[in-house]
Amino acid sequence: MPSLSALVFLGLAALTLGSAGFVAFSRNIIHSALALLGTFLGIAGLYVTLSADFLAATQVLVYVGGTLVLILFAVMLTSRIAEMKVSNPRGRPVVAFVLVTAVLLVLGRVATRTPWPAEARPAMPSTAKLGHAFLGEYLLPFELGSIVLLGAMIGAVVLARRAVRRAGEKE
Amino acid sequence: MEEIGLIHYLSVAAALFGLGLFTVMTRKNAVGILLGVELILNAAALNFVAFEHFVAGGVSGQVFTVFIIVLAASEAAIALAIVLQVYRNHRSIMADQLTSLKN
Repeated sequence: MPSLSALVFLGLAALTLGSAGFVAFSRNIIHSALALLGTFLGIAGLYVTLSADFLAATQVLVYVGGTLVLILFAVMLTSRIAEMKVSNPRGRPVVAFVLVTAVLLVLGRVATRTPWPAEARPAMPSTAKLGHAFLGEYLLPFELGSIVLLGAMIGAVVLARRAVRRAGEKE
Repeated sequence: MEEIGLIHYLSVAAALFGLGLFTVMTRKNAVGILLGVELILNAAALNFVAFEHFVAGGVSGQVFTVFIIVLAASEAAIALAIVLQVYRNHRSIMADQLTSLKN
């Protein structure tokens, strides 16, 4: 009888990989984008099992609440969804399959051959430690991250707006 | 059933990475390619947290994952703004039809 934590892990892994497979293989870009929701939620659950509670909340807030909505907006603004056949075409699946298989072989070999000094740690909340790390050791990267976000926000607005023409101005 | 260990998380992350790579390589829709990139970034973030929990200790892995999330969010915003502009100019976001720079 598998333990409860093993069952939870298996469920979350199945949710993550099942949705990711849907993202990769669905013929409809809307379905792909919506399936990404399952992947993000599964990853958030896996973060909880790794005692990264703050990350799980951030994952749900930023990815599900922000990135996914943004992606859905872009899909609906750009795709002619009615033509479902052409909304998400694929090409070169054989080349991609060979490359993915090769990469997975290398990854699997490295992961199984390397003697990781792994030890099981008890699950405990880590948000306080994370906050201390951000305001101490990682203060400069933290502030740089906020500058990057500000720059990206301004850049996205500048890129996405239509050109404004004043009356009488030439093209 | 044995205890869930590092190798299980690494397997999930590797499979996620493989699916993301497959998505990036086969999709022609620019938004579809972006979905694949998100999968790859999530796989990398999951690896960071798993290694931190099982091997390194401390919170450095979670710090890196927070930065991955920050960069992924800004990358998605910029990329989707570019996709919108490309759609306005070309009426298509299929990566194989955007060849105006060719020749």
